[in-house]
Amino acid sequence: MSIDALLAGFVDGLLIGFVYGVAAMGLTIIFGVMDVINLAHGPLIAIGMFGVYELFTYLGMNPYLAIILVAIGGLLVGIIVYFTAVHRVIDAPPLSSLLSTFSVNMMIIGVGTAILSTSAYNVNFSLPAVSAGPITVTGNRIAAGLIAILVTALLYGFLYRTRPGKYIRAVANNRQAAELMGIPSTRILALAFGVGTMLAMTAGGLIATILPINILAGGTYELKSFVIVVLGGLGNPLGALIGGLILGLIEGLVPIFLKVTWVPVIEFGLFVLILLVMPQGLFGKKDS
Amino acid sequence: MKRFAGLLISLIVVVILAVIPMISGSAATRESMFTILMAIALASSLNILLGYTGYVSFGHIVFFGVGGYVGFFTLTQLGWNLWLSMVAGGIAPAILAYLLGKSILRLRGAYFALATIGVNEAMRALVNNLDAFGGPVGMTMKFTVYKDYGGATQALWMTYRMLALVTIVVVVTSYLVKKSKFGLGLMAIREDEDAAEVMGVRAPSAKTWSYVLSAIFPGLVGVLFFFKNGNIEPGDAFRLQLSIELIVMVMLGGFGTVFGPILGAGVYQQLRKSLLTSPIFKNVQLAVAGLLLLLIILFIPTGATGWLRKRFPRLRRVLE
Repeated sequence: MSIDALLAGFVDGLLIGFVYGVAAMGLTIIFGVMDVINLAHGPLIAIGMFGVYELFTYLGMNPYLAIILVAIGGLLVGIIVYFTAVHRVIDAPPLSSLLSTFSVNMMIIGVGTAILSTSAYNVNFSLPAVSAGPITVTGNRIAAGLIAILVTALLYGFLYRTRPGKYIRAVANNRQAAELMGIPSTRILALAFGVGTMLAMTAGGLIATILPINILAGGTYELKSFVIVVLGGLGNPLGALIGGLILGLIEGLVPIFLKVTWVPVIEFGLFVLILLVMPQGLFGKKDS
Repeated sequence: MKRFAGLLISLIVVVILAVIPMISGSAATRESMFTILMAIALASSLNILLGYTGYVSFGHIVFFGVGGYVGFFTLTQLGWNLWLSMVAGGIAPAILAYLLGKSILRLRGAYFALATIGVNEAMRALVNNLDAFGGPVGMTMKFTVYKDYGGATQALWMTYRMLALVTIVVVVTSYLVKKSKFGLGLMAIREDEDAAEVMGVRAPSAKTWSYVLSAIFPGLVGVLFFFKNGNIEPGDAFRLQLSIELIVMVMLGGFGTVFGPILGAGVYQQLRKSLLTSPIFKNVQLAVAGLLLLLIILFIPTGATGWLRKRFPRLRRVLE
């Protein structure tokens, strides 16, 4: 174990952590606004991955341009999913929305495995690597990290500076009061689900540029997103970003000290521990 | 007699299902019925927590895995016989559920559901790293172990009969819980936990015991399943997918009823089998199952048994 290895692990972990943060923000926005845990989160990430893959491989599009298209597609997909599967169960007990989003999960995975099988694919595109002193980081990772930061900034701009964003926050805060103020809550809920899906698919697209993908890979990132949102406090986007960084750092640094197979043990152990000790998360609101 | 009508229907269905392969004597029928009985036992025990107490456990399969691993370990590494292993494989998940019950059952709704996923994944990852349990490749049983039970054929039939027995015990337990004061307390917790506590239900301990009860049987089923299988690995033992399929079965049949999980498990397994063997749906069987689930959630949220009870009031006396 040397300082160089630590530093490399730190940078790698930080960069991937931003990407995890974007995925987790998608999950946490949906939960914060409508108290729905979106179990279709993983497959939606996978759609994002394959969206970028297909656009790049068959249309020869630049993957970073493809991510923008995938993000716009994500908004539409999310709104469709909201109206078909979520809208009717929005006020039902949690089990109903868990199961209805899980049914969406099954449909996406079912069709996805039929078309793509479960074998691995690769986006063959690489930016030049960057070296700084003893460490070298691939260009794709740096780009992914920077785009993730940009997405976060845009999200915050949207939530705090635009009218629909403020509506989303109002509905998250108190739906009935928001309705009384004349906010069309159904449309805002659909929009929030769309934004959540958009973030998930964007994260998927970013992951596709740095790691091999397959249709089931989304499931791994879904579980990671659960860990992250619990770390950061359910319903708190900034907490999700910081949680993502923590998780990224764990993945970057732990393999230096322990076998890499211990990483999930630590992640999920931490997850259960945080739920027990401080279910409102590290940065969550106190009143939940 | 009339008092027990609700139990009788469920029992008759399970016994008929269990006896079919014994009469025909065909190994293929036995194997497919093994899957169905296993699903019934697992879904019914999940129903004690999910249906009666109203806590959604997404990682219930962790008890199946832990029971299976403990049973398999004692069988192959310590050389215990199947009966002792079953005792161990039942006690281990019960202890785990008790400890978890004391801790994560304090969480409500979505938080509890997430925690159960975490527990399952943590356990899978942990077992993956434990060399005593064979790590990621798991453990394999020597074929000679079956000799103690009269050879492989005999051993497989015996495992099947044991599973049938366990399934019947689960169904009876499920009925007894539902009809007891303990069960009434659980259902009060399901409807409104705070109100239940005001009415004198000791919610923390009632919840814990319902969790323990719903954990023992998956452990026993796990021991039998992996004894039949002859090998065990983390991916098979802690399969989150199966855990969620169990919830689907309970919802399909009607949660909070004794008959519901039986109906749901039977129908779901049959459906899966016919979708898997049909040339059109073979590749998209998961998608078809998902669509079906969505339709049920959206339009028949009480499941088949709940719908029947509502539609035909006469059935209320016989369908519990």
